[in-house]
Amino acid sequence: MMSEKFSMRNYLRGLKYPFCSGCGNFTIANAFLRAVFELGHKDLSKFVFCSGIGCSSWIPSPYFLADSIHTPHGRSIPVATGVKLMRPELNVVVFGGDGDIAGIGLSHLIHAARRNVDITVFMVNNMVYGMTGGQVAPTTPLHMKTSSTPYTSFEYPIDVVNLVVEAGACYAARWTTIHQKELREAMKKAILTRGFSFVEIVSQCPTMFGRRAGFKNVTEMLEWFRKNSISVEEAERISEEELSGKIVVGEFIRRTRPTLTDMIREVMRKAKEETSIEG
Amino acid sequence: MTLKNKLLEPGEHFLQGNQALAEGALFAGCNFFAGYPITPASEVLEHLAKRMPQLGRICIQMEDEMASIGTAIGASWAGAKAMTATSGPGFSLMQEFIGYAFMTETPLVIANIQRQGPSTGQATKAAQGDVMQARWGTHGDYMPIVLSPNSPQEMFDLTIRAFNLAEKYRTPVVLLADEIVAHMREKVVIPKACEIEVFERKKPKSKNEPFFGGETIPPMPSVGEGFNVAVTGSTHNEFGVRFTADPEVHRKLAERLVGKICLDAERIFDVETYGIENCDVGIVAYGCISRSVYEVIELAKNKDINVGFVRLKTLWPFPEKFVKILAEKAEFIVVPEMNLKQVFYEVQRVAACEAKVFPLNKVGGGEIITPEEILAKILEVRT
Ligand SMILES: Cc1ncc(C[n+]2csc(CCOP(=O)(O)OP(=O)(O)O)c2C)c(N)n1
Ligand code: SF4
Ligand SMILES: [Mg+2]
Repeated sequence: MMSEKFSMRNYLRGLKYPFCSGCGNFTIANAFLRAVFELGHKDLSKFVFCSGIGCSSWIPSPYFLADSIHTPHGRSIPVATGVKLMRPELNVVVFGGDGDIAGIGLSHLIHAARRNVDITVFMVNNMVYGMTGGQVAPTTPLHMKTSSTPYTSFEYPIDVVNLVVEAGACYAARWTTIHQKELREAMKKAILTRGFSFVEIVSQCPTMFGRRAGFKNVTEMLEWFRKNSISVEEAERISEEELSGKIVVGEFIRRTRPTLTDMIREVMRKAKEETSIEG
Repeated sequence: MTLKNKLLEPGEHFLQGNQALAEGALFAGCNFFAGYPITPASEVLEHLAKRMPQLGRICIQMEDEMASIGTAIGASWAGAKAMTATSGPGFSLMQEFIGYAFMTETPLVIANIQRQGPSTGQATKAAQGDVMQARWGTHGDYMPIVLSPNSPQEMFDLTIRAFNLAEKYRTPVVLLADEIVAHMREKVVIPKACEIEVFERKKPKSKNEPFFGGETIPPMPSVGEGFNVAVTGSTHNEFGVRFTADPEVHRKLAERLVGKICLDAERIFDVETYGIENCDVGIVAYGCISRSVYEVIELAKNKDINVGFVRLKTLWPFPEKFVKILAEKAEFIVVPEMNLKQVFYEVQRVAACEAKVFPLNKVGGGEIITPEEILAKILEVRT
């Protein structure tokens, strides 16, 4: 039997993506749908997508031929939690920007990892608020020019992967848009993880970030990712000083814990036991 | 009350308002609750945290009110009958999501047990200051359904009605109670489950039906059923696909969303009236304060004054019809409220030139407006 070939079109509604040319979101949409294909899904009927507001939130919605819920800015994770609690058998996947997930919506991310709700969050870190015109984000590297930090940024960026690891995620990884194969593998692992899983994808926004930050074109940005990426293992060997400005890529955690749904089922069992004695 | 793995037995129970609300939700089929603690609403969360797992239903405390309503909205799209409960400050935090629920036509019940604001104000004291927040709290155009119970019995009854209206009109419904009604304990008569009308949302039959247009109240698919439904708070076409370029698409959508409530307002209105066809003086009241009016009617009778009373069980859409009748018959109308004038302006608008309308307001300390104070106001404006 001939193995079927991957075609992105099989998973899309046929609407045209709104991204600028050279935007990393194309690469990410492609990597995700390939991952889904390689996991053996011929369609997206076993998935529900939730996303907030921002360019990267458009990766699934309304473009994927699937159930998708486009929520208010920063609020995709609570909505995804509600879906997952009611329909634990579905793969509930969140896409969002660094502003959406690590800015306005950060507390939901931490609590989702803490309560180990079995959803997958893909955070597109383009280091900027792309859709609103390139303002500084909580992930913007120090001393970068953005539209709201015209004299360069003056705050330290947040390391979101380490944060979710601390909070209790069962899987966490970071890759960039130049690591297409690794990214795809990480996405597959995240989807298959039982428990909260998180992948940060460092991505290029040539229009709103690249230009102002002094990159001539997309190639230069990708070259910057390549030069600055170091593996988790390597990062452990070098000093903190040497680490500054680097993008640490790889897998940060893989573990198993009972999920939120497991815990709630246990509570239901206890409640029924107690009341049957009582009544 | 002995709790068992089932709904309350039919018959008389002695319940706190918040417990009655929670038990009503269970009868209505509420199978998902998410909330965040806040006085005077916390008993709803606590009671459901005990009851829902017994019935195999989900109750969860979230990290804040945005997460609470967001999780309830997600659950609703996954087929649940979902509810959250809060008070003023939490209700304010929910407003962005409330607008989202209107725009995406998500059935949902939000209980707001009012306390004295603004801000943390007098957090444990009753007030009726959120009537206008419930009407206009979120941005843009919409018409909310807002119900106002005045007893534990109505906490039970109107919560069931709130779920039914949410399902029928595919919209968020606010149960706007107050601390007094929520914390009082009274007799609540529970009917047999089979005598309680429970409404279920209309589901689509095929993938080709529009889920966000076509009919005034379109059928609602759930996620995970193969409908490939696209849900968005942005302006969308009949199939839910974001479509923000065309002014006509927005106009049509906004008018349908407001129209589906306003055009059916006659069926949504719920009031209790007393003597409105034959009265000298009118009173319009709601919630805890309406309890004082029953006594005013008796006190006034002794002074040969006929009081006509409209008690608003539905605050929004505003039951204009009944207030109009009252305005035509009564010389003047008194509107006692535990805020500094909210429903007063609405009554004034509806009464127009037919009757003069007088406010009677009290805020602070959760002190009710007594029957004597209402009677004094009547006697004052009568001279
Ligand atoms: C409550 C609220 N505040 C602000 C906005 C405006 N807004 C839209 S997208 C966005 C930031 C998007 O940045 P990010 O999440 O990083 O996505 P990107 O466009 O970079 O992919 C903001 C601030 C909004 N829609 N809602
Ligand atoms: S603004 Fe940036 S993130 Fe948004 S589509 Fe354009 S390149 Fe992509
Ligand atoms: Mg961004």
